[in-house]
Amino acid sequence: MGKDIRKITIIGGTTKSGGKEAIEKTEIYKGDIITLVGPTGSGKSELLSDIEQLARGDTPSNRAVILNDGELNRWERQMVAQLSQAMNFVLDMPVEDFLELHASSRGISSNPIIEEVIGLTNRLSGEPIGARDNITSLSGGQSRALMIADIAVISDAPVVLIDEIENAGINRLMALEILSAKGKIVIVASHDPLIILMAQKRIVMHNGGMFKVLERNKQEEEILKELIAMDDELSVLRDRLRMGDFARGGGMLLMNKSGSVEEKKEESSNFEII
Amino acid sequence: MKFVTVAGPPSSGKTAVLIHTIRHLLKDGIKVVVGKIDCLGTNDGEKYQKLGIPVIVGLSGDICPDHFYVPNLEVIFNWAKEKSAQITILETAGLCHRCAPAIKGCLAISVVDNLSNIDIPQKIGPMLSTADIVVITKGDIVSQAEREVYRRKMEMVNPGAEILEVNGLTGKGSLLLKTSLMQAPEVDTITGRELRSSMPACVCSYCTGEKRIGKSFQLGYIRKIEATETEGGRG
Repeated sequence: MGKDIRKITIIGGTTKSGGKEAIEKTEIYKGDIITLVGPTGSGKSELLSDIEQLARGDTPSNRAVILNDGELNRWERQMVAQLSQAMNFVLDMPVEDFLELHASSRGISSNPIIEEVIGLTNRLSGEPIGARDNITSLSGGQSRALMIADIAVISDAPVVLIDEIENAGINRLMALEILSAKGKIVIVASHDPLIILMAQKRIVMHNGGMFKVLERNKQEEEILKELIAMDDELSVLRDRLRMGDFARGGGMLLMNKSGSVEEKKEESSNFEII
Repeated sequence: MKFVTVAGPPSSGKTAVLIHTIRHLLKDGIKVVVGKIDCLGTNDGEKYQKLGIPVIVGLSGDICPDHFYVPNLEVIFNWAKEKSAQITILETAGLCHRCAPAIKGCLAISVVDNLSNIDIPQKIGPMLSTADIVVITKGDIVSQAEREVYRRKMEMVNPGAEILEVNGLTGKGSLLLKTSLMQAPEVDTITGRELRSSMPACVCSYCTGEKRIGKSFQLGYIRKIEATETEGGRG
C-alpha cells in the first residue's frame, strides 16, 4: 500500500451559477464516514469526481482537493476505490478464481484472504455465495456484497468513494462499518435516510456547490436507532415473503394503517398486508 | 510542435477521450489540430470539427491501413505545421491489432477499455507495449477489483507506461491526460524518425484485388497454418 492518507481537505470553488460555494473549506479524516446529500443534479457526483481527480482549481467546480497537508500532490496507484450502482462484474469466472486473480495482482498470498472475502460477503448478503459460483451469475445484492468485501480486504485503498448503495438485499450499515473499521475514509453520495444518518457528518449539496456541512445531532441519533430497527423489521418481512411465506401469520410483522411496522398479535382489522 | 499518436481497438473510446482532453487544451489557449486515419468511413472528423479545430481525415480504403499510415505521416505533419499547430494529435483507428503506430521520440498513447478481454495484452501486444501512456476507459461500469486486475495486466505488459483511467462519457480523468500531453517532447520533423515496432508484411495477390479462393490464385508472400492441432500459440 502507498502512503497513509490522514486527511482530505476540500477547498470550495464555484456553484453552477458561478457564485462562490457557501462552504469555503472542509476536512475529512481517516476512519470518517461522510455522506453527500442533495437532489439529483445538485453536484454530488461531481464532488466525488473532484476528489477522485484531486482537483486543483482545474475542474468545472474550481475546487481544490488537498491530501494530508499537501505533501502528496497526486494519488499513488490504487488509493481510491470506487463503488456505484452502475458497476457489474464482467469477467466470466468462479468467485474464488476471481479473488485469487485480484489478490495475486496485488501481490497478496490468496488462500486465507479468499475465505475472508467470501465470509464477509455472506455476512453482508442475505443469500450466501459459494466459492465456485460464477461472478457474472451472482444476484445484484450478492455482487454488491462481494464488491464491498473485496474493497475492504483486497483492494486496500485508503479512500472509498461510493455513489449510492442500493437496498438490494445487503446489509448497508454493516458494509459501511466494515469499511470504516478498516481505517478508510468513506464518502457516500446517497438519498437513503439510513445511510445519510449513519454518517457523523454530511455535506449538503445545492446547485453544484457545497451548501452546508451538518453534524448528526442527538435527536438524529435517536431517529437513526429507530430507522435501524425499522430496517431490521423490514428485512425480516422481506425474507418471509421472498421465502414463500405469508406475511400474515402468528407473531409476524405487519404494517398498521398508520404506516409503522409492528407485531401482529391476533386477528384484527387494524392490519393490512404490505 | 508536439506530435502525438493515439491507437486502440475499435470502440475503446479514443475519440471520446480525445475530445474531452482537447477541450482542456483549447481552454488553455493551445493550438491543436487532429489527424484521423481510418479504413472505410468515419464521422469522427465532424466530431473534432465541432471543437472548431482543423482536422484532416485519411481513409485507407483498399490499402492495408498500417501501410497507408506510414507514408502519410509526412503529409499530416507538414499540414499541421502549415496550420501552425502546437499539438498534433493523430488518431489511428484503422490499424490492425498486429500493429502499433508509435514513433520514436513522439508521445504515443493507447486506449483500451475495461470491458475487453482480460487477455487483450496478448492480442494487441505492440500497440500496448510501445505506448508511453495507456488510457483505460469504461471503469465506471466494472467492479473495483476488475479495474485493479486490468490495470495490473497493463503494468505487466508495459511497466514503464503511465496508466490513466478516463471516463469517455463524463471526461473524468481527461485533465490528467492533458497534463501529460503538455509534457510531450517537441518534434521539429517527422522525416527520418522510426516506428517503434515493425509493420506486418503484406504483398500478395489479395492485396491487389484478388477475390477467388484457392492455391492457384495465391501469389506473393503467403503463409499457411500448419494443419496440426496445437495448444494455441501464434499464427
